[in-house]
Amino acid sequence: MMLPGFPDAAPLEGLGGGILIGLAAALMLLGAGRIAGVSGITARAVGISDGGISRDGAWAFLIGLPLGALITAALSGGLEAQFASPPFLIIAGLIVGIGTRMGSGCTSGHGVCGVSRLSQRSLVATVTFMVTGIATVAIMNVLGLEVL
Amino acid sequence: MIGRILPPLFSGTLFGAGLALGGMTNPARVRGFLDLFGDWDPTLAFVMGGAVIVMAIAWRFVPRMAHPLFAEKFALPTRTDLTPKLIGGSALFGMGWGIAGLCPGPGIAALVIQPSSAAIFVISMLAGMGIIRLVEGNS
Repeated sequence: MMLPGFPDAAPLEGLGGGILIGLAAALMLLGAGRIAGVSGITARAVGISDGGISRDGAWAFLIGLPLGALITAALSGGLEAQFASPPFLIIAGLIVGIGTRMGSGCTSGHGVCGVSRLSQRSLVATVTFMVTGIATVAIMNVLGLEVL
Repeated sequence: MIGRILPPLFSGTLFGAGLALGGMTNPARVRGFLDLFGDWDPTLAFVMGGAVIVMAIAWRFVPRMAHPLFAEKFALPTRTDLTPKLIGGSALFGMGWGIAGLCPGPGIAALVIQPSSAAIFVISMLAGMGIIRLVEGNS
């Protein structure tokens, strides 16, 4: 399906993917009684944080992420992906690691689980990272920094 | 043991499948969404909308249960304070998200899509998390 005015958009795939992500977060709540927040679970798995989900549970969740991506890739006949060059990946990775620990979450924990719960902290966090994300891309475009 | 492993494994798998289907493992699509003042790609609004609607329904019903299926009790965030650290950290995270078009979940899921690029991102992210741990001590 095409979205009028946005020839490159994939609204149906987006909505389907979003529903799967929502179901995944719901399953985590239903089964384990916890938030499916990827940055927190990652920190827990590698021993950077001590509390929260059990360590083997954290690894199980993290192993599931590429496993699920593989399933989608297999069913859809391959996935398109265009990545930034290593210097940008390193800078971005460092900032994302620092920011998500300081801010207690990322797009999954704050953006999906917290926003849907109307958590005040998550709503503020989500608006903040959306605004700085949009501003960063806009500034990089003005400076002519081609990343991808 | 099984109850401790299977719910997160199924959740993670479903999560990764959804990220890939929604286009979030393609940084070009994520940056297209953040490029609001340029060639905007609204796809991710559908991803976030779908996820939030489903999870909002789960929040209505699941916490009313006496306990989760495979745990003794719910362990959910309770903080409500808005701190400079929350806002500053989220602001930084958004900048990193904008630079490379990757956040933690898609970065890890993409380890099977473009392994070398995703690994550089994920290792750098772990280093960033480690820096905060070193600065703050145990948390």
